[in-house]
This record gives sequence, C-alpha cells and structure tokens, in this order.
Amino acid sequence: MITYIIRRLFAALLLLFIVSAAVFSIFYLVPRLVGATPETLATRYVGRAATPETVHLIAERLGFYDPIWLQYGRWVKAIFVGADYNIGSSVEHCPAPCFGYSFVTHQPVWPDLLDRLPVTLSLAIGAALLWVAFGVSTGVLSALRRGTFLDRAAMGLSLAGVSLPIFFTGLLGLLLFSYQLGWTAPGGSYTPFFENPGEWFYSLLLPWIVLAFQFSAQYARLTRAGMLETMSEDYIRTARAKGLRERDVTTRHGLRAALTPLLTIFGLDFGLLLGGAVLTEQVFSLPGLGKFAVDAITNNDLPKVLGVTMMAAFFVVVANLIVDLLYAVVDPRVRIS
Amino acid sequence: MAENFLEVKNLKISFPTDDGLVKSVNDLSFSLERGKTLGIVGESGSGKSVTSLGILGIYNKKNAQVEGEIWLDGQELVSASDEERRKLRGSKMAMIFQDPLSSMHPYYSVGRQIMEAYRVHHRVSKQVARKHAIDMLGRVGIPQPSRRVDDYPHQFSGGMRQRAMIAMALVNDPELLIADEPTTALDVTVQAQILDLMHELQEEFNSALIVITHDLGVVAELADDVLVMYGGKCIEYASAATIFEQPEHPYTWGLLGSMPRIDRPQMERLVPIPGLPPSLINLPTGCAFSPRCAYEPRTGGLGTTVPPELVPAGGSKHLVRCHLPTEERQRIWAEEVKPKLEAQ
Repeated sequence: MITYIIRRLFAALLLLFIVSAAVFSIFYLVPRLVGATPETLATRYVGRAATPETVHLIAERLGFYDPIWLQYGRWVKAIFVGADYNIGSSVEHCPAPCFGYSFVTHQPVWPDLLDRLPVTLSLAIGAALLWVAFGVSTGVLSALRRGTFLDRAAMGLSLAGVSLPIFFTGLLGLLLFSYQLGWTAPGGSYTPFFENPGEWFYSLLLPWIVLAFQFSAQYARLTRAGMLETMSEDYIRTARAKGLRERDVTTRHGLRAALTPLLTIFGLDFGLLLGGAVLTEQVFSLPGLGKFAVDAITNNDLPKVLGVTMMAAFFVVVANLIVDLLYAVVDPRVRIS
Repeated sequence: MAENFLEVKNLKISFPTDDGLVKSVNDLSFSLERGKTLGIVGESGSGKSVTSLGILGIYNKKNAQVEGEIWLDGQELVSASDEERRKLRGSKMAMIFQDPLSSMHPYYSVGRQIMEAYRVHHRVSKQVARKHAIDMLGRVGIPQPSRRVDDYPHQFSGGMRQRAMIAMALVNDPELLIADEPTTALDVTVQAQILDLMHELQEEFNSALIVITHDLGVVAELADDVLVMYGGKCIEYASAATIFEQPEHPYTWGLLGSMPRIDRPQMERLVPIPGLPPSLINLPTGCAFSPRCAYEPRTGGLGTTVPPELVPAGGSKHLVRCHLPTEERQRIWAEEVKPKLEAQ
C-alpha cells in the first residue's frame, strides 16, 4: 500500500514536470514557429512607440534570445525563489512563488490566480455536490425502473442536458429565473463567501444549477448503464440467494460496484472544473479562473495564460492522484497488485 | 398437503419475451427427503437452473410467470409473498453457484460476505458473526481460517473460493441446499475434493441436496435419485443406480454415450447427441426429443405428433417420458445401446 502511494506520488510529480515543460514549450515555441522573433515578443512588454534599440535591449534583458531550456529553467526557478524583471524604466519584482509576471497589468500572476481561485472553487464544489446527488439518484432510479415512463422521461431530459451547451441553458436560465421571475441573482453579482454567505449562495445558485444540469445528465446516464450492468452480475444473484433485502442488494452490492468506475470520471471532471469553468464563468460573469483565462487570452497576456494553464494542469494531476489513491481504498483488487 | 420435505408439483416457469413465451420449466414434479440427494441433469437450456432459482424464489414477478406448487417443509412457496420467500432464502434453503469468482462480490472480504449471510437471518453482533464465519471457513477445510477471513475473493484459489461459497451457503444450517454446477469451474483434482466435502457436510447437516449438473460423473458421486430434464420437462426419473444400469430414455442413453470415462481408453470415441436442444419458445410437436431421436421411426408416427406422458418404467420409482413400449426400450438398451457403450 505504501509503495503504491509513493509510486503514485512520484508519477504525479513526473507528470506535473512533463506537463509544465510541454505547456511552456508550446507557449514559447509556437509563436516563433509562426514568425515571431524575440523582438516582436518583447514589443508586448514595452510601449508601441519604443525604438528598435529599446526593444532589442528589453528582449535581451528578459532572456528572449536564450535557448528554450534556459528560459524554462528560469521560469521554474522563479517559482521557488522569485524573479526580477528589468524592463528598462524600472525593475519589477515578482516574489516566490512566481508563476510569471504580467506586463499588461504590471502585476505578478500568482496573487491574481489566488484571488480568482475561491470563485472557481465555490462554483465547482457546489455544482459537484448537486450533480453527484442528482445524477446518481436519477441514474439508479432509472435503472431500477427500466423501461417505465420515469426512466424514459429521465433519460430524455438527460439527453437534453448532455447536448445543450452551457451558453444556451445558462442564458435561458438567466432570462427566465433572474430577469423574468427574479428568483436568482443576475449575472455579474458574485459575492465572496466570507463577505456574506447568504449573498454568496444567492449569487451562485443559478450557475450551480446550470453547470450541474449538464454534468448530472451525463452522470445519470453513466450510473444507469453501470447499475444495469452490475445488477445482472452473478454476485447480485448470490446476494439475493442469501436472503438480503432488495434495498441492500441494490445499494450495498449493486450501487457500490456501479459507482466505482464513476469515481475516475468524477476525478477528471472535477479537476478540469477547478482549472476554470470557462463557459459558466463567462456566461454569469463570475470572476473565476475560467474568466481569468479568457481575459488573458483576449489581452494577449502570455504569462497569465501560462500561469492559469499550469494551475489547471496541476488540479487535473492532483485530482487524478486522489482518485488513484481512493481507488485502492474502494477496490481491494487494486490494493494488492 | 405434502408428505415429503420438498415437493414440487406441476411447476411451470415461463418468461414472456418479444419473440414469444419462453417455457423454461414445463410441468415439472419431483420430491425430496431430508438427507437425500437429487441430481438434476440436462443440457444447457433444459431448465435446470431456472428450476433452482424458481425454488429459491429468485425471479422477478414482472418478467417471470410461475405456476404450480413448491412445498418446503409444509409451506407453499409459489403463493407465498416475496418477503416470506426472502426470509427462507439463505436460512432454510441455500444455494451454491457455479463460478465462485463471479458469484462473490469483488469488493467485500470473504468473511464479510459470510457474516452478511449470517446476520440477515440472525440478530447478532459483528463479533459473533465473525466468529461464526471463521468457524464455518474452518469446517469447509480452509486452513488458518482466522487469517483468511479478511482476504478478498481474488486472493483465494478456485477451490478455496468454492469452499468459501459453500461456507456462505451453509452458515445458517439450511435444510435444503441447491448446488448449481458446483464443480464445473474447478480443476479436476479440486472437483473431487469439493464433491467429497459436499457429501460429508450433507451427512453432518442431514440436509436435502439438489445437485444441478450436466456432468454424470458428479451425479454418480453424489446423487441418490436422478431427474433428467429435456426442453423444460422431466423425461426420465430413477435412482442413480437405475440411471446408469437400466436407463430407458434414448436421451439418457445419449448422455451416457457422451460422457468421458477414465476407464475407457480412447476419448475420441465419445458419441455426441446429434442436433441442438429444442427452442423453448416453439417446442417440437409430439415428443420434444423426437427430432434428435434415432428410435423415433419405431414409434409409428406418434413421436412427432403426440407429446408422450411420464409413465412408470422398468425400475422401482422409475419414470420415463417415451412412446416406445417398456419391453422395446429395455430390449434396445440391452441389445443395441449398452454393448456399444461398453465396446467404446
């Protein structure tokens, strides 16, 4: 068990390293491949009126002429010890952990990311609670009442949930519940939890429901399929032959086995969401990581894009690590081999 | 109503499907006393497993039609409520399944699964149930049971798993035990051990045992009486000795001919029964076995037109469902079939 954990941890670290190197390479190589030079890259960090000499100087000071691995090494080093960026007029300091420095806003990226994280975290956790509770129970009911009206209605609705994009359901929800009925908060009204929990809940209710609708649809379908499969397993017949109550047969024996594969999918989904629920945050103007990423891309703010991408990758890797470890707890066959 | 411990009367189990009504068990009757073993033999799809699940009451009323009577120790089960049947399942009657790996839950330890079986029917603490589980594992011959009790099914060997399965079935001292192909998934050497174990335990518990199998070797080892099923019906019923010495149904002859025997040299001379088992939706008119029966022409057309009744045959309590006259069947067995089987 211990070796399993250590192996998983090591694999996760290695994965983070590979992902960071790959992401870094993409962001610094691809512009060059399409014709960008150190000078054109440096123009982003100085005013448009700068002379070619200034641009050249800045490019040199920011290390844009250095080979890629040196630049990558410097970027990694900054995470641990911080960095100073000399752009001529002034020296900008970026304290550790320095995940890049935005020359658009003249701010280190990291505190900005930390600012945005609670929003995304609130959105993701609330939605996840909703979709797991709702999706799994719908799936189980559908499987047990297979072929009935309830099953067909639930599966029809979930087909809608899977196929309707957030920017449709979200806008529809805003129109209906916020602007027509006034039950939920209008877009752009996020209040932090510690400022006012009631307002926080009110402002996130509709985004939670909209986001959860899409996911619970998918989870209902997966749970239904999983339940139908496990309920026809031999060990379910054994459980019945033992004289267990049907309720225990379904939950302790059926659901337990059906939910295990869902754990993997949940880990991935949740990890991805923590990196920013881009569409939901955009539709509801929530200042989370997703909106942060979209704004950074719109502003051509490469350090910010790189920073938020790394953060998203980090969450996916960590979520997977947790799922792997949980799997060993849930499935005894993983523990031993 | 019933003098025997288990009495099945005119049992019919069918399943409506889109293609028609699947008549899995069609008018089956038999009885069994405590301490005795009945072997139910037949090909896949002959209705033997459905019969056992029917007795245990593991069917969904929505898609299974069950008719007839099943009397267990004076209680009728077909008309009983789901809850009444559930309370008897695992306590008064228990079942051992074919493949112990897929029949045990992969996520729960063997001990926990045995404890669960015990605690459904006994209001005891986990500690007491655990002691009981360890005790049972020891009794079915699992070494170091107090250590193995927390192991998971995948950590057991095939034979050990089947022993654990037996322990799970016997944990509530059932009076009726049904074993569905108990040795099919096991190595030959382990098969013998499991059969011995079942025999010992049956004597110890004095339970009634039904062994469902397609393996006549298992029948020879365990059964007092044998019921041969074909197309959902009993086509021959006799003591085990009679089945091997004086069988009267052509299908039983076929089964004997297709049985590998260790005391015969060449395996390739096994004689398969030609053709396929009948469709349970459209059973052949007349005798269900007639399309595959070599002796059908000797029935004078009856075989393909009139369904034969189950009638007394040569041996004591010997029943057979065949149009051929008793003397004719005995003559064919003695003069045509038996010499061929022995010459193999």
